[in-house]
Amino acid sequence: MGQWDIYPEFEVVRNEARCTRCMGCIAQCANGVHSYDEKRQALLCDDAKCVDCHRCVAMCPTRALKIVKSDCALRENGNWDGDTIKEVFKQAQSGGVLLSSMGNPKRYPVYWDKLLLNASQVTNPSIDPLREPMETRVFLGKKPERPQRGADGKFTCELPPQLELSMPMLFSAMSYGSISYNAHEALARAAEELGIYYNTGEGGLHEDFYAYGENTIVQVASGRFGVHEGYLNAGAAIEIKMGQGAKPGIGGHLPGTKVGADISRTRMIPEGSDAISPAPHHDIYSIEDLRQLVYSLKQATHHKKPVIVKVAAVHNIAAIASGIARSGADIIAIDGFRGGTGAAPTRIRDSVGIPIELALAAVDQRLRDEGIRNEVGLIAGGSIRSSADVAKAIALGADAVYLGTAALLALGCHLCRTCQTGTCNWGIATQRSELVARLDPKEGARRLCNLLTAWNHELMEMLGGMGINSIEALRGNRLMLRGIGLTAGELEILGVAHAGA
Amino acid sequence: MSCEINARGLSAVELGQRLEAAEGSVTVTECLGQRFVGAGMDGRRIRIEGIPGNALGAYLNGAALEVCGNAQDAVGDTMNDGEIVIHGNVGDTAGYAMRGGKIYVEGSAGYRAGVHMKEYAGKLPVMVIGGRAGSFLGEYQAGGILVVLGLSGRGPIAGNFPCTGMHGGRVFLRCRPEELLFPQQVTARLAGLEDLEAVRPYIKEFCGHFGKDLEEVLDAPFTLVTPDSRNPYRQMYVAN
Repeated sequence: MGQWDIYPEFEVVRNEARCTRCMGCIAQCANGVHSYDEKRQALLCDDAKCVDCHRCVAMCPTRALKIVKSDCALRENGNWDGDTIKEVFKQAQSGGVLLSSMGNPKRYPVYWDKLLLNASQVTNPSIDPLREPMETRVFLGKKPERPQRGADGKFTCELPPQLELSMPMLFSAMSYGSISYNAHEALARAAEELGIYYNTGEGGLHEDFYAYGENTIVQVASGRFGVHEGYLNAGAAIEIKMGQGAKPGIGGHLPGTKVGADISRTRMIPEGSDAISPAPHHDIYSIEDLRQLVYSLKQATHHKKPVIVKVAAVHNIAAIASGIARSGADIIAIDGFRGGTGAAPTRIRDSVGIPIELALAAVDQRLRDEGIRNEVGLIAGGSIRSSADVAKAIALGADAVYLGTAALLALGCHLCRTCQTGTCNWGIATQRSELVARLDPKEGARRLCNLLTAWNHELMEMLGGMGINSIEALRGNRLMLRGIGLTAGELEILGVAHAGA
Repeated sequence: MSCEINARGLSAVELGQRLEAAEGSVTVTECLGQRFVGAGMDGRRIRIEGIPGNALGAYLNGAALEVCGNAQDAVGDTMNDGEIVIHGNVGDTAGYAMRGGKIYVEGSAGYRAGVHMKEYAGKLPVMVIGGRAGSFLGEYQAGGILVVLGLSGRGPIAGNFPCTGMHGGRVFLRCRPEELLFPQQVTARLAGLEDLEAVRPYIKEFCGHFGKDLEEVLDAPFTLVTPDSRNPYRQMYVAN
């Protein structure tokens, strides 16, 4: 410890009576917390290196380890909390921009937790999904405003390209580079088995995963990494990334140290070179320019694939979404400010953007008011934590939701929020082969399938309880929602009545 | 085999479908602003008479496009392979994120020419601009070769802020280094004979396309701009 060192945030507590000195903890921790001192014949811990990822805790065969939050804290202060003081120290020491990972951890209101779902009683019987059919299939894309008939009077059934999902959930964009090969394989396998989609993110598509193309959304971002004709045609849909909830208004940056041979091939950039995704697309300054990119992608893929435009939820999101709907995009994806990331400047992650709940409600309402809601599918993301969140998102107007953090948790992520270091002990946010090998893609896929299947069952139960038997009947059905503990202003934006009303 | 498509009255989509169906070399006549001509195409030659619209040859994958006139914005956006020859000027963001193939422009280019060009493995994108380039030339360049010859047009050979954010590749400008102001993270110096040898074949090809004299073009000082680091932002962050 020195003058500017703060006592470590976590303490590793070893129960010496249980410890068999198997040295497993030393092997498990890529952060180098555990070590063995030959001279003293003692197992040592460097608490300062611990990120509280719980790998050693979970893998200790005798449960001899636990990680606790240190009670050695700076003097309590309602204004200057410990984290804030430490951040000032870090920046005074380094002169650097604070870099964090995963979603915004601050205590902002979580509106999902202030919304309650309805259920039928007496007058409108509830439906038992175990006994009666329940439709959770969703088609994402442009829908005609009214039935079209041909000259012979028969229905014209040709629709613009659609994405068919067995349930209203997709895995959100996470690039190969930010997460590992095995994590990508697990997502791809699960998407195929579940009949949904995973998303390449902006890091290109590894040659091994072209086989999962029918269940893949390929992303095009400002850096255009790994984007070529074969890539565009490999997926079921193309997503233009304009923004990301965790870091609205800024680009991405995969440091050269993470660009090894495999990632270099997939991103189509030289090994060791920084992969910089500039904040803007250099050719997009307007909705008309966006329209050009949408249609150039459609042209390059023979007008067979829906194009998604993903934006971060920001203050003017309703007007932005209206513009996107008019740009020719088939689907809009909105990412709220609690969405995750492999790395983002702390200040941006924690202070920029708005909650997905408010953004989604505002967008759905605006598109309805303008009579263009059917022009686009709507995907909401940015911290969907449970099937109840899914149901509430659909009732607020989403067609489907993007799952990122929840999917990573299913793969073993313990939300230690240090993805940017590249030493993920769970084999997810790392490119180190010995760490990646810890994540079994088949087992990972099984866990993802378990999670989403369970959520889908829960969703059916909630739907049935409301006396509804399809996602379509819940979509934008805000009568199924009531607010609790919300102000009149919040209720107005959400378009819901207060509980009891 | 060759065929001709008259583009008069055709929408971009219709023209695209006609080009898709055509085999061998194609001449498009009376082109008037149709976008995305040749998008994603490989293995064919398309000659365009008239003026194609934005995003000519976007995601081009090996086809050869020749325009007998000017082209507009985003020529060769995210081009992977092939060749685009423009007998005229091009608009903004020509060669945006191209990672392979060649673009030859007889006249000048607008803003952000070669923005975020990149190279990888055996792929080396090259863009030669005969006239001048607008501001932000080679912004975020991550690879490839950009050449601006200044053979036509007026004013400085490139506009303001050339090579900002550059972290790979090379830029050759037919002028002296002191004629332009460069950002701190690049080095601009007088190109030596060895440096010029690397671009000689491309300048030769340029001269072949547009009937210029190679030795005359090369008989002038050239500035070579290269980035100081492939990791320009590494020092900016502190883990939190």
